[in-house]
Amino acid sequence: MTVKRHEPPRVLVTKLGLDGHDRGSRLVAAFLRDAGMEVIYTNPWQEIAAVVQLALQEDVDVIGISSLATDHLLVPKLTRALSEAGLGHVRVVVGGIVPDEDERMLLEAGVSRVFHPGSSRDEIIMEVDGLARHARREGSDDRNGDSDGG
Amino acid sequence: MSQQPIQLPLPGFEAARVRWQGEYDQQIGAENTRRNRSGVEIQPLYSPADWSGGRYLESLGFPGQVPMTRGIYPSMHRGRSWSQRQLIGLGTPEDYNERLKRILDAGGSAVSLIPCNSVYRGFDADQVDALLLGTCGAVVNSVDDMDTCFDGVDIATLSTAMNDPLPFTLLALLLAVAKRRGVPWSKVTGTSNQSDYISHFVANHMFFRIALPGSRRILVDHIDFAARHLPGWNPVSVVGQHMQQAGATPAEAMGLTLSTAVQYAQDCIARGMDPDTFLPRFTFFFDISISFFEEIAKLRAGRRIWCKLVRERFGARDPRAWRFKFHGQTSGVDLTRQQPLNNISRVTAQAMAGIFGGLQSLHTDAHDEVLSVPTEGAARIAVSTQNILREEAHLTDVIDPLGGSYYVEKLTDDMEEEIRAVMDRIEDAGGMYRAVESGTVQSMIGASALAFQEKVESGEQTIVGVNAYRGEDDLSMRAALSRPRPEVMQAQLERLARYKRGRSMDTVNAGLGDLARSAGSEQDNIYEKVVDAAIAGATHGEIVATLREEMGCGEPLVQV
Repeated sequence: MTVKRHEPPRVLVTKLGLDGHDRGSRLVAAFLRDAGMEVIYTNPWQEIAAVVQLALQEDVDVIGISSLATDHLLVPKLTRALSEAGLGHVRVVVGGIVPDEDERMLLEAGVSRVFHPGSSRDEIIMEVDGLARHARREGSDDRNGDSDGG
Repeated sequence: MSQQPIQLPLPGFEAARVRWQGEYDQQIGAENTRRNRSGVEIQPLYSPADWSGGRYLESLGFPGQVPMTRGIYPSMHRGRSWSQRQLIGLGTPEDYNERLKRILDAGGSAVSLIPCNSVYRGFDADQVDALLLGTCGAVVNSVDDMDTCFDGVDIATLSTAMNDPLPFTLLALLLAVAKRRGVPWSKVTGTSNQSDYISHFVANHMFFRIALPGSRRILVDHIDFAARHLPGWNPVSVVGQHMQQAGATPAEAMGLTLSTAVQYAQDCIARGMDPDTFLPRFTFFFDISISFFEEIAKLRAGRRIWCKLVRERFGARDPRAWRFKFHGQTSGVDLTRQQPLNNISRVTAQAMAGIFGGLQSLHTDAHDEVLSVPTEGAARIAVSTQNILREEAHLTDVIDPLGGSYYVEKLTDDMEEEIRAVMDRIEDAGGMYRAVESGTVQSMIGASALAFQEKVESGEQTIVGVNAYRGEDDLSMRAALSRPRPEVMQAQLERLARYKRGRSMDTVNAGLGDLARSAGSEQDNIYEKVVDAAIAGATHGEIVATLREEMGCGEPLVQV
């Protein structure tokens, strides 16, 4: 499955916090890349400030956070920090071992989607692609709005 | 009248075989080649044409006898059950102690200590986001914490598997507790479960790392320290489980594990150590996937290769060095979030493969671990699964019960060939250390992970409830969360602050200063200084920070 677009979606795939199990994040990064997206991949254990910085630098549309060992508890701090940095349009998705209660908490904190084990490749690609389109549109609206205001 | 051994080929054998083949082809028609996860072609039937038993003593031998294919002890599981070693670790040292005592009351004698991820990353509790503390393991930073973990427990009679990466601060803290309690170090028994730094660079990135050359030196120092002071301690566990969980096939995981063990042995020999002093203390740790016969053959083949290798290559004369001692853990990768009760069946099949493979210690996964950190009820079922297999299904009445099966023996031979091919590739790349530096190992594992996932995506590999037989999910089985309460972790942070205030900083600084200096001096044993620093009152985070400063940090060597 490939995504046809003049400007491919830009996706940051990373892990926050303390855990480093990265089979999932590597596989998803490879899927998205093979589907034609621009994937920015980092080592695990990223600090929230570093992720925000990278998102800004790389002008990403979607951030994918992989979590196996409760590090997703930090994601609400990430969504807050993104808004504060003017990156409210960037969509955040989480994948991994996420209990139901935590999923509700994450969705309330602005996460667009939680992928559980067993999610198919095509489902992930389609969802990320759709979210990237929305993010791109909103992001350019924001920028246009800013320039109008300035 | 004594019976004569049957002479093969049997009269009429070939004619009968050809007739069967013809009838089989007629029934099946065109058939795709079947291969197991390691790529070995699987035939529809095995017979004396594939394995005759003619080289019995050379290829199998009796249990406890070279080449140990049938097991490393004469009586194996009929004599003594494997250890049921369940992972425990959650919350504070008090929480750990409470759970440990419950396990001991239930008759357990072998336990593990799983520290919090903050410990794995080299930090004390006061250096990380408090939200994450104790969610996946116990927060253990100081000698007081370790003392609390084992409060009211006799550490001289307990075998402890420490999930303790380099530089092995948890063992150092345990030795400091032993000293405090007057328990001689010779009585401290267990295993450094996370000593395999190579696997941490390539496959499992839970752990912080000291840069490769420093890691290499500290492991040899640790093995040397154990050889001199800790006769009951296994300083090395080579972790094939990390490789397989990261995506290596069973044959690759076994081959990479054996190549890693060869590397560690060579590093010790280069230091002037005698193989008979350290090889008997090498242990191994494997993932057991649901590919049933493949896993059995993997373990039997690994045992045979190790036995030959330590004798022929390292000239080990102590029979204890020939024994391939390993712990097995059922594979979490095979478990599914969909229809999670199915995982009990999966774990049962995996555990059977491990038992038939002749393991010494077994951890069975809880069926709910794809939903969250396992709940206690699910962990109990996992233990019961082991008891049922042993005492109701009687899997252990006969030693190596699948030995002599045409299929299992041929597959053991085929897996040995695959495993040796992996080892040859690593040897050609300059040995495991070099192969890791150059990325050979990482690309091997990455390609296999992707290839397996492709099979799942295409439906070639069935996963019940995921890509086939999808029914209603039983939502009632979603696990209830057990997370440490914030006020409990707050109290732990205050305890750490109190501990730090109560120490003599002169003593601590002297210990850390010695440690820093040892890193720059080839004559010193760094691990000895780690233990001294722990006794002097230094915390886990302080010891790690000192060595990080002196020896540099290692970045994981990964590729997408």
